[in-house]
Amino acid sequence: MSLIAAWGLTKQFGGFTAVDGIDFEVERGEVFGFLGPNGAGKSSTMRMIGCVSDPTGGALRIMGMDPSREGTKIRTRLGVVPQQDNLDEELSVAENLYVYGRYFDLPRSLLRSRTAELLDFVQLTERANDHVEPLSGGMKRRLTIARALISEPEVLLLDEPTTGLDPQARHVVWERLWTLKRRGVTQVLTTHYMDEAEQLCDRLVVMDRGKIVAEGSPRQLIERYSTREVVEVRTHGQVTVMADALRRLGESPEAQARDELYERVEELPDRVLLYTDHGERLVALLGEVEHESVLVRRSTLEDVFLHLTGRSLVD
Amino acid sequence: MAPAAVIPRPKLAVEYWLLTYRRNWKGSLLTSFLSPILFLAAMGLGLGSLVDAEVGSGRDLGGLDYLDFLAPGLLAGNAMMLAVNESTYPVLGGFKWYRTYMAMAASPLRGRDILLGHFTYMAFRVTLASFVFLGVMAAFGAVSSPLAVLAPICAALCGMAFATPTAAFVATRINADNFSTYTRFVIMPMFLFSGIFYPVSQLPVVLEQIAWLTPVWHGVRLCRALSTGSGVSWELAGHLAYLVALILVGTLLAGKSYTRRLYE
Repeated sequence: MSLIAAWGLTKQFGGFTAVDGIDFEVERGEVFGFLGPNGAGKSSTMRMIGCVSDPTGGALRIMGMDPSREGTKIRTRLGVVPQQDNLDEELSVAENLYVYGRYFDLPRSLLRSRTAELLDFVQLTERANDHVEPLSGGMKRRLTIARALISEPEVLLLDEPTTGLDPQARHVVWERLWTLKRRGVTQVLTTHYMDEAEQLCDRLVVMDRGKIVAEGSPRQLIERYSTREVVEVRTHGQVTVMADALRRLGESPEAQARDELYERVEELPDRVLLYTDHGERLVALLGEVEHESVLVRRSTLEDVFLHLTGRSLVD
Repeated sequence: MAPAAVIPRPKLAVEYWLLTYRRNWKGSLLTSFLSPILFLAAMGLGLGSLVDAEVGSGRDLGGLDYLDFLAPGLLAGNAMMLAVNESTYPVLGGFKWYRTYMAMAASPLRGRDILLGHFTYMAFRVTLASFVFLGVMAAFGAVSSPLAVLAPICAALCGMAFATPTAAFVATRINADNFSTYTRFVIMPMFLFSGIFYPVSQLPVVLEQIAWLTPVWHGVRLCRALSTGSGVSWELAGHLAYLVALILVGTLLAGKSYTRRLYE
């Protein structure tokens, strides 16, 4: 049986539907991601899973239990890393872990040993007695993760775990989450970073305007919704002119003979993207079209994401 | 293996507040000492010497020296002020700035544990400060009955009669915009017109009747009777019931507004 399962899960705030009838299942031991732009309904979904917000419709089962009736019992077995840090800045690093563990009624002696282990795990042992306030964003986030682990939860919920962190700090967090995954801790995370989803998630769903628009492993999603490679062609001149030339190239009898050259052309202000399975062959033909530079890269989840949710800004 | 189910208790939430208190108990205790010393010296001794010199003033004060009259009133008023402080900014902070409540809500603690935990801590703070106040009163010679040891408890009840509805109101606020208006135009008038500094019978009848409705007037009557030993009667049970009823109503209202805010 799935650790977490949702059928037609819905959350409405007044007349606004934040989560619009989504289905998903999370298996024990996997890292499951909700990927989507801001306002897609990721955090509302996480709050329902965290048993701090009752679903308006549909059904949700967590470890076989109903969150609206057994929220307390479920929360005993969850670890939550919220989007906004809510550490106590006036308490010390170790006290933050201690006091949070007490909410789970864990005995002092156990908390002492776990605090030491967890601080070591998130590389904050030397800061154990320091106040939280002066810590860097990355350290605070690591401390929040350690705090969520104090009760040895079966599921770790991470709402945008690396938003606002610098690249080094992000990699440290990822590496820690990887280690937890190897230890078998089930993780459910939300992110709007494609690289994060690709790095961490076994499986993910792409959300847009409260609905799930795609589901699969990062690799599957790329295969299904994008091409193997993307050729980015830049120009000093008119992008539209170049795009037209590239389209004619794709329609030339020569290109047609060697099966489809690319699947899709996308115009951006400074370049044209060609979604293709034959990057090198396409580049070889580019001599006929005037351009400034060309780059062949692997298709990423970002391409999938933008394809599915569009390039327009969602506010 | 699933861990044993936790029995959620407000006590676990209180531990958090006590831990933060341990961080600044010295400063807070010092304030609890200094504030009554300043008030009792300036008003009890300074102003009191003028009042006591006035012929016939003793009759209006129920035969008490001004210091003896004033001190228990200030005890109740001080509890009210402290309780209002504790139930405004720290409560909004719990939801908004420090998000302490939100952190607790993600744990096995339930809304009522979070709420009762914080209220218990507020009651502890106000009780402690009130006992310190009583100690200062005794040092000033403003205590004349052994029943006075019960006065700080009554002062704390008076404080909580303010803290609980205040917290219920604060939990519905997005920001602190109305807090100073509330303190200045609701709490301050009660401090000035509810029989702390003079008997409310000195007021025009309308104001006197309004004063009877304020929780602080009931708190003042209780504290004054206990600390002076005069006027101890069944009337006190009425005052006590009024304060307890307000605390219950305030707690129920806070339960509603906390639940809405935590689990919206």
